[in-house]
Amino acid sequence: MTTTETKIILNKDILRITKDSDVVPYRNRVKEYAVKIGMSLVNQTKLITGASELVRNMLKYGGGGEARIEVITQGRNTGIRLVFTDQGPGIPDIKRAMTDGFSTGKSMGLGLPGTKRLMNEFDIQSEPGVGTTVTVVKWKNG
Amino acid sequence: MKNEAVKIFQKKKSTILENWMNNQLQDDGLREDLMSNEDLRLQSEELLSSLVDSLTDANIESSGSGDFDTIRDILASISISRAKQGYSPRETGLFVIGLKDALLKTLGTEIKDPETLYKQSMMVNKVMDNFAMHTFETFIKGREEVILRQTDEIADISTPVIRVWDGILALPIIGTLDSSRTQIVMENLLQEIVDSGSSIAILDISGVPAVDSLVAQHLIKTVAATRLMGAECIISGIRPEIAQTVVHLGIDLSQIITKASLASALKTAFNIMQLEVNKKQKLKA
Repeated sequence: MTTTETKIILNKDILRITKDSDVVPYRNRVKEYAVKIGMSLVNQTKLITGASELVRNMLKYGGGGEARIEVITQGRNTGIRLVFTDQGPGIPDIKRAMTDGFSTGKSMGLGLPGTKRLMNEFDIQSEPGVGTTVTVVKWKNG
Repeated sequence: MKNEAVKIFQKKKSTILENWMNNQLQDDGLREDLMSNEDLRLQSEELLSSLVDSLTDANIESSGSGDFDTIRDILASISISRAKQGYSPRETGLFVIGLKDALLKTLGTEIKDPETLYKQSMMVNKVMDNFAMHTFETFIKGREEVILRQTDEIADISTPVIRVWDGILALPIIGTLDSSRTQIVMENLLQEIVDSGSSIAILDISGVPAVDSLVAQHLIKTVAATRLMGAECIISGIRPEIAQTVVHLGIDLSQIITKASLASALKTAFNIMQLEVNKKQKLKA
């Protein structure tokens, strides 16, 4: 698989996340898409767990935002891309935030680094005072 | 000018009721399974009487007037009770709109002058639309009450504590484990440990769809609290995909006794309590 090949979006869905009760419906939606493209149970669980971590982060630290679910293809590979965008305070030190056990919120500090391990691709962009965008990709057979 | 509509309604009350009842009885959506025709007639009569009684020349033009409070109360109680009985919004809406039809029909036969008829009909329309709106609002409120009650019921039934053996408790968790659920689970479990004097608690998470770091943190806290009470806690129902995810996430559950199934957790519990389960020996003749 060459990474230079462009990713084509087949299907797109955008959900607003503003309260705790949005987490479960969002997760169910991600699961629906994962089942639709025929993702294996293990990958499904990894994707859903990662999505759950990121969406909770967005709620807790970013004050809620927008969560996008995309079905993408690249070459012969099909997968799910999730994009989380918030207009929260941003992360001043991404490197520290990506370290196991570091948390500013009394949690386990595994959300970001753990999710990176669960996904195939992980990208985080943050600017203090502007907001944070996290993009992850999980391939069907990744 | 004396208002024509008010006069006509007072005079023709029984005709209007008949018309309205006919409207309702002829409708396909009539729910005889939910309410008998006699009850429906009583309900309709009560509403119509209070409408005719409270309609005066002065207030027919201002539907927000306080004179209509009795009607609003009756409408509210009707639509809330209908929401609980399982009527659809359409059926409840037709109830009020059917009355409007009957009222307008009577006006049509009684008033001959087109201009007066138009003016009076508009007024009646306005008043009745206002009531219809009110009915919808309370109907939705009624439904919301049903949903809230169900939410409470689900929270109650979804966290049962089962005594599987003398001294062994099992707590199957189904659904997402969030902060409020954890609180309920922990309270129920700890209380039951005190009440039953149990020394082992099994938390079964077969029904939890995903274990993320928050859920894991809640589990670890529950186990820690159980241990503080002097009991041992076993987590069972860890599915293969959950195990892989937990490892990748980097959650450390090695301090906790975890098992794949409730059966093996029970076996471990028997071991801890030094109990033995044996096949019954056949008595020799």
